[in-house]
Amino acid sequence: MSKVKTMSTLRVLAPVLAIASLSLAGMASPADAAGGSSKPRSGGFSFEGPLGTFDQAQLQRGYKVYREVCSACHSMNLLSFRTLGERGGPFYDPEAASPAENRFVKALAADTQIADIDTETGDPIMRPGIAADKFPAPFPNATAAAAANGGAVPPDLSVMTKARAGGADYIYSLLSGYPETPPAGLKVNDGQYYNPYMTGDMKPFWSGDPEHVPPGGFIAMAPPLVEGQVTFDDGTVSSVDQMAKDVSAYIAWASDPRATERKQSGMGVLAFLAIFAGLTYASYRKIWKGVAH
Amino acid sequence: MSGHESTYVPKTGIEKWLDTRLPIVRFGADYLALPTPKNLNYWYTFGAILSICLVVQIATGIFLAMHYQPNTAMAFASVERIMRDVNGGWLIRYVHSNGASMFFVAVYIHMLRGLYYGSYKAPREMIWILGCIIFFLMIATAFLGYVLPWGQMSYWGAEVITNLVGAIPLIGEPVLIWLRGGPAIDNATLNRFFSLHYLLPFVIFGVVVLHLWALHTAGQNNPVGILIPREREKKDTVPFHPYYTVKDGFALLIFLMMFAVFVFFMPNALGHADNYIPANPLVTPAHIVPEWYMLPFYAILRAVPDKFGGVVAMFGAIGILFVLPWLDTSKVRSMRYRPTMKIFYLIFVLNGLILGWCGAQLPDAAVVPGMPSFFLIDGQLNSYLWLTRLSTLYYFAFFVVIMPFVGLKETPLRIPLSISEPVLSGPDAMSGAVPAQAEKKG
Amino acid sequence: MAESVVNAEHPEGGAPEGEATRRDFIHIAAGAAAVGAGVMVAWPLINSMNPAADTLALSTTEFDTAKVQEGMQVVITWQGKPVFIRNRTAAELQKVLADPMSSLKDPQSDQDRTKPGHEPILVVLGNCTHLGCIPTFGAGDYGGWFCPCHGSHYDASGRIRKGPAPTNLVVPEYAFTAGSTIKIG
Repeated sequence: MSKVKTMSTLRVLAPVLAIASLSLAGMASPADAAGGSSKPRSGGFSFEGPLGTFDQAQLQRGYKVYREVCSACHSMNLLSFRTLGERGGPFYDPEAASPAENRFVKALAADTQIADIDTETGDPIMRPGIAADKFPAPFPNATAAAAANGGAVPPDLSVMTKARAGGADYIYSLLSGYPETPPAGLKVNDGQYYNPYMTGDMKPFWSGDPEHVPPGGFIAMAPPLVEGQVTFDDGTVSSVDQMAKDVSAYIAWASDPRATERKQSGMGVLAFLAIFAGLTYASYRKIWKGVAH
Repeated sequence: MSGHESTYVPKTGIEKWLDTRLPIVRFGADYLALPTPKNLNYWYTFGAILSICLVVQIATGIFLAMHYQPNTAMAFASVERIMRDVNGGWLIRYVHSNGASMFFVAVYIHMLRGLYYGSYKAPREMIWILGCIIFFLMIATAFLGYVLPWGQMSYWGAEVITNLVGAIPLIGEPVLIWLRGGPAIDNATLNRFFSLHYLLPFVIFGVVVLHLWALHTAGQNNPVGILIPREREKKDTVPFHPYYTVKDGFALLIFLMMFAVFVFFMPNALGHADNYIPANPLVTPAHIVPEWYMLPFYAILRAVPDKFGGVVAMFGAIGILFVLPWLDTSKVRSMRYRPTMKIFYLIFVLNGLILGWCGAQLPDAAVVPGMPSFFLIDGQLNSYLWLTRLSTLYYFAFFVVIMPFVGLKETPLRIPLSISEPVLSGPDAMSGAVPAQAEKKG
Repeated sequence: MAESVVNAEHPEGGAPEGEATRRDFIHIAAGAAAVGAGVMVAWPLINSMNPAADTLALSTTEFDTAKVQEGMQVVITWQGKPVFIRNRTAAELQKVLADPMSSLKDPQSDQDRTKPGHEPILVVLGNCTHLGCIPTFGAGDYGGWFCPCHGSHYDASGRIRKGPAPTNLVVPEYAFTAGSTIKIG
C-alpha cells in the first residue's frame, strides 16, 4: 500500500481541525462596536475553574446585599427561598431534613411579604413568606418597573451571570467600576451613568481626542453600592469592592446553583470514560492483532 | 442486501420460529457479519458516532419534553425549572444543547470524509444524496430547537430566518404569515416549532435507515477508493463485528470524552449569552448570530446584497451538495491519489472555517485592522463583507468549476491493485484490479 | 463468538491457546464497562421523572377550625387533594370512642386519630382508601361517610367499617399552631 506523505500530515492536522472549529465556535462572538468596553477585572472567585466551589460565607453576604440593596428594583423570579437551602447554596444546613425545612430558609422567607389570595374570601392579601415561595418581585409587571425607573426596566437577575459575556467578573467590574466623575469631554445625559465596563459606543458623545475615545457605555442604573451600606454578620468590612464581589458571587450561584455538582460529576464521568476507553482500546488491539491493515 | 449470502443459522427454537415469521435476528446477524474493508481508518467511525448522537438527542429530548412548556409566557421559566428543580434536569438539558453541537461536529467531519475519499461517486450516489437530506433535516431541526428556550437569540434568530421566507417573490408574504401563524412570531409560532422539532428527528431516523440500506447495497467505500471484488473478500475484508463495532466503540468513547468536557465544564461556551435574556420583541440584540454550525451558511446569506439573492445563495450552498456526484469528473475516487484535487480540498476546508468566522463578524469590520483599502461598490475591500464574498465564491467554484475541471485535467497517482497487496496498477482504478469481471461488490 | 469469527476467517489472527483467557477477560471487561455506562446513562433519564424539587417542597396550608360548626365538615384543598375537617358532636364522639377494636377492619382508636385537647376535630384526607373517590359526608350506615363508587362505609372517626376499602381514611401530618388554627403539612 502506498501511503502518500501528506495524508499522514492530514491525520495529525485533523484533530487539530476539530479543535480549531470548536474554538472558532467558542470565540465566534461578534466584534464589539468601535470603542468597545473595558475588559472585566477578575474577582478572584472561588467557583471558577473545573474544580471551583462556592464559598458559602461569601454567598450569605451576597444574599444580604441582594436582599437589602438590589431587590428594591431587581427581581429574581426564578429563585425560591428553598433554593437557598440546597446543597452548595448560601444557607445549606446538612441537618435540615430538606431545603424546604431548613430553619434559616424559613426565617428568611418569613421576613418577606408575599402577595396571595385569602383562602376564604378570595381577596388579595400580603402574608409572610414560606420556603416554597418564589422571591417576591419588587414590581408587579414590566410597565410598572419601567415607570418607576425612568423608562428603563431593571433586568431580572436570576440568570444574569449566564446572560452576560464575562459572567461574574463582568458583574463585579460593572458594580465596582463606576468612576467618581465621567471623563471630561463626555456628554452624559440625565438618568444615564457612564461605566467603562458597560457595552456601548462613546464616540458620538465624546468631544475630546478622537484617538482616545473612552471605553464603555451608559447604564441607567446609578452606582448602587455605597461603602458601609450593608452590615455583614461575620464582620467583613463592607467596602464597595467587597459588596460587589459578594453579590456577584451570589448572582453566579443563583444563575447556576448546580455548578459544583456538575463539575464534580464531570470529573467522575471523565475518569470513567478514560478507563472505559482504555479497556476498549486494549480490546480493539487484541481483536485486530495479526490483521494487516 | 448487497448480494452477500446470509451466513446466519438459527440455533434455538425461538430463533427458528422467528426466522420464518420475521427474520430480524437474521437481519441483525447479517449486519454484524457484513464483510467490511479492513483498511478503514478512524475517519470512518463518525457514521456510528452520528447514530449515537441521534439516539442521545432523541432520548434527552423526549425527557426534556416532559417538563418543557411551549408557551411564550412559560417557556423560558420552564427551561430554568428543568435546570434547577427537575432531578438531573441540568444534565439532560446540557447534554441536549451541547449534543446538538457535537452532532454537527461529527456530521461535518463525516461529510468531509465522504468528500475526500470519493464516497459520493458511483455506485454510492444515493448514500450521498440521502446524507444531504439528513444534513438539511438536521439544520431545520436545530433551527427549530433553538427557538424553544425563548431567549433573545431564539426569538430574533427565528425573526431573521422566517423573514427570509418573506423574500420569495409573489408568494412570500402570505407564506410567511402561514408559517408564523400570525403577523409576528408569537405563541402560535412557538407551539408549532415545538411540534415540528419533536417530529423531524424521527424523520431523520427514517432517512438514516434508508442511508444505511443504500450503504449496504452499494457497499462500503475505503480509503484506497477501489471496489473489492468477491474473490478478494476473504483477504481484504473483516466482519463488521467485532472488528468495527469495537473500533467504532473506542472512537465513540474519545468523542464522548470531548462531549463530556463541554457538558460538565463549559456547557455554555458554544452558545450565546444573549439567549439567557428572556425574549423581548421590542428590543433587538446588538448582534444577531445563529449557532456556530450555521455560521457558514449565514455568511453566504449575507454575502449577496439582494435579500432574495441571499436566500437563493444560502439554499444553493446546501443544494449544490446534492448534485456533487455528477459534478466530479474524476475517474479516481480517493483524493489520496489525486494530489492536485487534494490541495483544492484543503483550501475548501480552510475556506469553510473562514466562512464560519465571517458569519459571526460585522460586515463593516476590517479584516486586517489599520490596512488601507478602497471602497468597492458597497463596502471597503478590507472588510468582512468582501472576505465573505471571496469565500462564498470559492465555495461555489469548488463544486461548479474546480471539481469538473480538475477531474478531467489532473494526473492521478497510481492506485494499488488491492487493499492488501502493495502492488501498483495503472490508472484504471474504478473497476479495481480485475479488469475483466468488475463485479459491483463492496 | 468473537474468537471463532477471527479463527475461521483469519487463522493468522488467532492468539496461541494459552492466551485465550486473557483475551476473553479484556473483552468481558470492556463489555462490563459498556453495561455500566448504559446504566449511568439510563438512571438520570429515569430519575428525571421522579417528583421535581418544587413538587417535593412541602406546601402547607393553614385553617382555623373554629369555622367548622358542630356536626359539620369543611373541605379544603391541600397538595391538590381534598381534606375533610370535621367537628364531631358529643354524641358522635362518644360513639366512636366506645366502639370496640375487634369490630374494626383497620383497628385504630379515635384518640390516635386526633390531637389531645382537640378531640372533636378530625382531619382526614378526603379520598377513599379503595380507589380514590371522594366519600359523601353524613351518609352510610355508621354516621361518617359513604363512598358511592364501590360502597365503602366509614364511621365518624373516618375508620372503614364496611365495604372494599382496606384502611381508614388517612390522617395527614398536621398540628395546632395557635388556638384553633391548624397547619397541615
